[in-house]
Amino acid sequence: MSTGEGTTVNGGSKSGRTGGATSEKAVGPHGTAKPVRSTDQPKPRIIKNDPWYDSYASRADAMKSSEIRALFSVASRPDVVSLAGGMPYLERMPFDRLSELIAKMMRDEGDKAWQYGSAQGDPHLREDVLQIMELEGIKDVQADDVVISNGSQNALDLITRIMCDPGDVVIAEAPNYVGALGVFRSFQVQVANAETDEDGLIPESFEETIKSQRAAGRKVKFLYTVPNFHNPAGVTMSVERRPRILEIARKYHVLVVEDNPYGLLGFDGQTYPALKSMDSQNVVYLSSFSKIIAPGMRIAWIVAPAGIRQKLILANEASILCPPNMSQMTITTYLDNFDWKAQISDYRGMYKERCNAMDAALKEYLPYCSWNKPKGGFYIWLRIPDGLNSKEMLPRAITAKVAYVAGTGFYLNGEGTHHMRLSFCYPTPERIHEGIRRLAGVMDAERETVELFGTASSRIDDSDDRTDKNVAKRTAPAAKNATSKRNHTV
Amino acid sequence: MMTNARKTYGKHRATRQETTTPASASHKPTHAAHKSSIDRSTTKVLIVCGGFSHERDVSLQSGHRVGGFLEEAGWNVAFHDIDGGLLPYLSDPDTRPDIVWPLLHGAIGEDGSIRDVLEMERLPYIGSRAKASRTAWSKPIAKNVVRKLAGLNTPYSVTLPESMFRELGAERVVQLVDDSLGMPLFVKPTMGGSAMGCSQVNSAKELPHALIDCFAYGDVAMLERVVEGTEISVSIFDIDGELLVLPPLEVAVHSDNYDYEARVNPEASDFYVPARLDAPVLAAAQDAALKAHQTLGLRDISRTDFIVDEDGVPQFLESNVAPGMTDTSQLPQAATAAGYDLGDLYSALVESVLREKRAD
Repeated sequence: MSTGEGTTVNGGSKSGRTGGATSEKAVGPHGTAKPVRSTDQPKPRIIKNDPWYDSYASRADAMKSSEIRALFSVASRPDVVSLAGGMPYLERMPFDRLSELIAKMMRDEGDKAWQYGSAQGDPHLREDVLQIMELEGIKDVQADDVVISNGSQNALDLITRIMCDPGDVVIAEAPNYVGALGVFRSFQVQVANAETDEDGLIPESFEETIKSQRAAGRKVKFLYTVPNFHNPAGVTMSVERRPRILEIARKYHVLVVEDNPYGLLGFDGQTYPALKSMDSQNVVYLSSFSKIIAPGMRIAWIVAPAGIRQKLILANEASILCPPNMSQMTITTYLDNFDWKAQISDYRGMYKERCNAMDAALKEYLPYCSWNKPKGGFYIWLRIPDGLNSKEMLPRAITAKVAYVAGTGFYLNGEGTHHMRLSFCYPTPERIHEGIRRLAGVMDAERETVELFGTASSRIDDSDDRTDKNVAKRTAPAAKNATSKRNHTV
Repeated sequence: MMTNARKTYGKHRATRQETTTPASASHKPTHAAHKSSIDRSTTKVLIVCGGFSHERDVSLQSGHRVGGFLEEAGWNVAFHDIDGGLLPYLSDPDTRPDIVWPLLHGAIGEDGSIRDVLEMERLPYIGSRAKASRTAWSKPIAKNVVRKLAGLNTPYSVTLPESMFRELGAERVVQLVDDSLGMPLFVKPTMGGSAMGCSQVNSAKELPHALIDCFAYGDVAMLERVVEGTEISVSIFDIDGELLVLPPLEVAVHSDNYDYEARVNPEASDFYVPARLDAPVLAAAQDAALKAHQTLGLRDISRTDFIVDEDGVPQFLESNVAPGMTDTSQLPQAATAAGYDLGDLYSALVESVLREKRAD
């Protein structure tokens, strides 16, 4: 057979002409490839899809693309009603006027905006956030007490980085904020779940968890709590419980990390006194512009006691050198020139309307599910019927063009199959209604399948229903019992 | 050898002359390639990717990866999703492409429907025709075709819609499956890829759960006997009427099975090219892939998956008309390992289809 270019292959006269591993490529004048023959059967060559797979740190073990993650690629399509994301609705921002002011800021201070900044953050912005914190009762704070971070995600990373060794314990409210779980897991921190009910974290359960973890010889480093309009549970820690939680934390010398991105998003303008306002020495306070103004800016702030603050600044420097000046100056330009309180108030009304729309649609289409209607924030935590598995049902939902987040994402241990998180922040009330209608069709079909195969009874796991309306009002002793049963770490 | 040049669309073209040496097809540039007058910089290649199937994510990666190679090779490449804007885009003289490469995985992409649309639009496109795609897309139909018409081996399976379990009683059907097929079994949606909704069951007790998972992806389940052996794939390019059969690629998964996570996380598997099999077995696998490609009426590009059993017999699992084309997918890896430059190879395929269109 000929090896010349442009000749027809005389197939079958020699073996091994199907591309040998040891062959080199040959390219014709127009870039057309052809295999170079090798007369011997080539030796198998290994293609390591990832040659470093045995080099990774153990903390990377859990960092994997999953089927669920891939399904969310479809959720970004406009024809899908996404009840999955936690994106604030930004169309009402005054972008026209803001863009002019940002242009002016760039003309006047462009060399600062594009320059390195301080690891602690822009002093102007640190001054500005003081007035925001005042709204939730944090008054005795100075700009020097504030550290700016790249979103609260980065803040959580920093506080975990400086506080926790692998194997240390963080106590958190189950279900947990999924982003926090990612941080804790990456530092190989154990998460001990404490019980919550419709009034938020149960103090007795918190104390019980500290004791049982210590009894097991583990170091409890801090409590991670989202006290207001919790993600995903939607509940708010009652004002009565707040001092009790702080008292327990002081008693056992456990730091409290208070994550408060939603505090100003109470539907009727109600705010709650921050834990930080009640105890400045034992609380690290995190808040963010992401849910109220601009998640794309990636700007949040931390207020911490002096010693921790110093470490946070050094950790920030080690991690990112400094938060971006451009983002910080964009935020201050907005805060200094607009009535941001009125803007937030406008958003509150909008989110209230959307929450009501979701609540009404759920009552109409999914009366057999249960949920707490939140008083603020972005989410409804929906309890689905026994036998259904929110994670396994997701492909069916995607086919029906509705997306949600399966409850399993909010636990590290596979719990959460009986819950899903529904977001009402981004879609309009009409789209929310349509989304819930589709979800009902999905759930009906899944129920039929599950009932068909008769596995409903064997799949019942009544362990993840504690924030539901119908079971939430537990007495303290019951909560204690539940705690001792469920106080596992993962 | 295969030299029967394609003359018209929609007709079965390349036929394989029986030879004593298996796996004999190859691609080399033809004379026409050298005299090609195709100007890549003005030839618009539209890659359609994304879509609304469960494999959207992989499709986007495949589309942009192939597009990147074509751009580097000098083509004028554009991308479009499947949405309401596609048909206006195709018909607008300012944007109408010269050729379309549908890189949609899952339904729409592989069930023939996008191909039907492109045929109605009278646009040349890369890949199998709609009808052949439809046959290959249904795993049980494809298995039957290659078994009956090409004499290939394929693991025994039954195909049951959810309604059958409903009408006859799930418990009884599960019992019947257990008695008849035995365990272990592979449960998979009859249509779909990337192992989504697939699971292996080792006892009848596990079957209901696996079926529920499967039916979340589609209405019909295929229950296939598990064959122990080596998992391989054979990719085929069909360029200028000649079939290039790449060396079989072996998938070696570090964990237990080649599930979705193992497919999309590069650290989860290694490939071997060619597969670590004896030469006659490799040749038999290439031969079987060629038969599947031809019998199913596929064209331009395909990847056929087999399990090579303990006796060295390739057992047909499925043929893919839109195989994964990401940087860690099997087809590009097999081509690279066989010495091909992907930009050159993909360009040759585009040119081949363009030339064929001109010859119409």
